[in-house]
Amino acid sequence: MEYVNPEGLRLDGRRFNEMRQIVAEVGVVSKADGSAVFEMGNTKVIAAVYGPREIQNKSLQNKNDHALVLCEYSMAQFSTGDRRRQKFDRRSTELSLVIRQTMEACILTELLPHSQIDIFLQVLQADGGTRSACINAATLALADAGIPMRDLAVSCSAGYLNSTPLLDLNYVEDTAGGADVTVGILPKLDKVTLLQMDAKLPMETFETVFALASEGCKAIAERIREVLQENTKQLEYRRAA
Amino acid sequence: MEGRFANLWRLTVNESKFVESALQSELRVDGRGLYDYRKLTIKFGKEYGSSEVQLGQTHVMGFVTAQLVQPYKDRPNEGSFSIFTEYSPMADPSFEPGHPGESAVELGRIIDRALRESRAVDTESLCVLAGKLVWSVRIDLHILDNGGNLVDAANIAALAALMTYRRPDCTVGGESSQEVIIHPPEEREPLPLIIHHLPIAFTFGFFNKGSILVMDPTYVEEAVMCGRMTVTVNANGDICAIQKPGEEGVNQSVVLHCLRLASSRAAATTKIIREAVEAYNRERSSQKVKRHHTLAKSEVSGPIVVVRKRQQQKKSSGQEKAAEIHFWLWLWWLIVTFWR
Repeated sequence: MEYVNPEGLRLDGRRFNEMRQIVAEVGVVSKADGSAVFEMGNTKVIAAVYGPREIQNKSLQNKNDHALVLCEYSMAQFSTGDRRRQKFDRRSTELSLVIRQTMEACILTELLPHSQIDIFLQVLQADGGTRSACINAATLALADAGIPMRDLAVSCSAGYLNSTPLLDLNYVEDTAGGADVTVGILPKLDKVTLLQMDAKLPMETFETVFALASEGCKAIAERIREVLQENTKQLEYRRAA
Repeated sequence: MEGRFANLWRLTVNESKFVESALQSELRVDGRGLYDYRKLTIKFGKEYGSSEVQLGQTHVMGFVTAQLVQPYKDRPNEGSFSIFTEYSPMADPSFEPGHPGESAVELGRIIDRALRESRAVDTESLCVLAGKLVWSVRIDLHILDNGGNLVDAANIAALAALMTYRRPDCTVGGESSQEVIIHPPEEREPLPLIIHHLPIAFTFGFFNKGSILVMDPTYVEEAVMCGRMTVTVNANGDICAIQKPGEEGVNQSVVLHCLRLASSRAAATTKIIREAVEAYNRERSSQKVKRHHTLAKSEVSGPIVVVRKRQQQKKSSGQEKAAEIHFWLWLWWLIVTFWR
């Protein structure tokens, strides 16, 4: 099957280095301390943050002088084409672990000892790149909750099909059997926190795909910064009025 | 470390400071170099597809079994394989029995991704009847002793078990060629799985905010490190999988450095695994040859005797007949001569 036609257009009409349309909104769950909805094309994810609050389960506390970060990733049963059998499977467990560790790297946990920060992520529509959308949504929600962070954690995926590196894969391109590289970076510090890859790639090709994904991350970071600044202006306007 | 027993063992401040300051001067607590691996031994069990790997103090066993199942609807002519990890509490007091914890699930998925997406195990050859029956291979990994770096040891155990596993031979027959007959190993030699390449995992630990990296961290080093990364490569220079699950951020150059280190070591480890598997196969086949030798003798000696007997009988009957004909000729000559 042809994923990139000879003119360089993909199945949905994008070029190889074009991302899907991003729509982000902050403050959607009124009960939560911070929340956000993040859409990348058809992938839609909602994140809710509760914290910092008192530790519910003392046995989980590992370090006394750092905050405890808990994360739960689940896909709604209506998020994929066929109704999913169970909400929590091994993939959800692994992604919860991975996203929690990514956010822990950017939250200043030493400023909030003896407290717990809960991040709940729910995938409402899954069309490829759900873990990237979840990390971006969690960043927005944490910023909305006012939790101090080292930097914005942003994430993007890239792949390699028909001998072309492609940015931001959707579901069809993801399941095509080519490589799928998900990168999470802290843009201002220029550090890589999350890196996951599956399917075979030679070394040089991997470097190209990796560089493309990092560029995509930087573009998302710009967009997230715009959304947060817009949100802050709104808050200021309401307060002034 | 998770669960109720997470607080049972915690590294003291003295120990963690000692490990960190030693690493500043490029020294490791057990005397290894920064990129040295511990001693690797691979042993096999009596059954096909069982392996035992020891990497320093880490001890992992792998078992491979297979059964016929219905294929997935979207892949009707491909077999499947699944990996199950068993984190026994005897390996580490923080492992809880029963429900697998986060790290157990993560380990299973790392090895699963490396084998599945890179197409190391050929799944199309596992198909018996397209759309109806395929072989489903199940790999069980039991952690017996957690001395650090479970991923690498479990990965090698899985590969060694897959390479020595033999599945029963089966033929499609019956009236409408819909019946599948599974032949027991005494009847027909079981077949090995087709494995295209060996994806080998190498784990790195990051210290001191990502500036120091070590390979093959021990249990103590794992408790101190601030981040880790597992790179799965094969001997052909392909990167099969990478897993850096968050934690401390590192520079891009460090990531590429790790990839190069892993690629350079893949060939040596592949050779060790292949040599161990070949030694095991040679030993197994030499045991089988002795058995067949005695069987063959008794079968072959039988017919030879029978053939000889038949030939003797043939000879005697021929001679008899010739003698008879001679007699009648002589009689006839007698009559003809003396009757005139």
